[in-house]
Amino acid sequence: MSQSVAGSIASPVSIPVVPLRELLPWALFGGLLMLLLIYFVGAEQGATSLIHGRAVHEFVHDGRHLLGFPCH
Amino acid sequence: MARTLLLRGMLVGLVAGLIVFAFARWIGEPQVDRAIAFETSMDQAKGEAPEPEMVSRKIQSGLGLLTGAVVYSTALGGIFGIVFAFARGRLSAARPRALSALIAGLGFIAIVLVPSLKYPANPPSVGNPETIGVRTGAYFLLIAISLMSLILAIKAGRRLKKPFGPWNASLLAALLFVLLTGISAHFMPVIDEVPAGFPASLLWKFRIASWETQVVLWSVLGLLFGALTERQEAAAQQSGRAFPTSDEMRYS
Repeated sequence: MSQSVAGSIASPVSIPVVPLRELLPWALFGGLLMLLLIYFVGAEQGATSLIHGRAVHEFVHDGRHLLGFPCH
Repeated sequence: MARTLLLRGMLVGLVAGLIVFAFARWIGEPQVDRAIAFETSMDQAKGEAPEPEMVSRKIQSGLGLLTGAVVYSTALGGIFGIVFAFARGRLSAARPRALSALIAGLGFIAIVLVPSLKYPANPPSVGNPETIGVRTGAYFLLIAISLMSLILAIKAGRRLKKPFGPWNASLLAALLFVLLTGISAHFMPVIDEVPAGFPASLLWKFRIASWETQVVLWSVLGLLFGALTERQEAAAQQSGRAFPTSDEMRYS
């Protein structure tokens, strides 16, 4: 931390940077999958339903309330 | 490297999810139970039959809460890993553990704190089932606005560094974030659906419990992810390779 505060030009510290072309596919597919998981915990069978019924909603009910998502 | 960081984020998220479950079970569940007891007594007073239980309370507060906490935390951890992979060396030249803590702090503020100031967590029996569409839309829209404001503020802060110096640039960036989110939230729909007679202290305790749960999650995520990444980088540098898979280096 002190190195970055002192000035990023002076200190020749090697910082590994993940190239964008390497990051992009992981960010795209990984990110989408993660968002889908969050959707199922936080919002499925609330305002919108991909699966018919109330089972998902009722099963994660307590987590949904406590994590701050709108419920019911 | 992106793969390693994504998987590490998910793994750290999984660990965080287990801790979140234990914490929510201990601190949060008593409030949920009390709120449901209030709901039942209101239904009885109105002469209505209580809602039929589709999933038993025991499963909701046990396996259901565990599943919700672990899936949510693992997914958030994965996104955290991706964001870290992007931010490392770009957002800041800080050491992994400092950068990880910074991302977790900013993430908590933008994703949890700011949206919850306008739309706080609600216990069972608070909330009209007919407005679930508006409430869900407004909630996720505010999270999106808050995240975009954060990105804008960070970009502005970098530009202001030269004329104003790093400290004042950070203050101005923070001010911009507060203004953008504050003004946006002001124009979003007001949602106040606390039923008459709902205990104020219970509402307070539930909302604090929800905040605390999120603080536990983001703290474990930010600190554990940073510690693991720092340890791995140190080990890789000792063995002579700067990074196991990345061959691209930038000298700043």
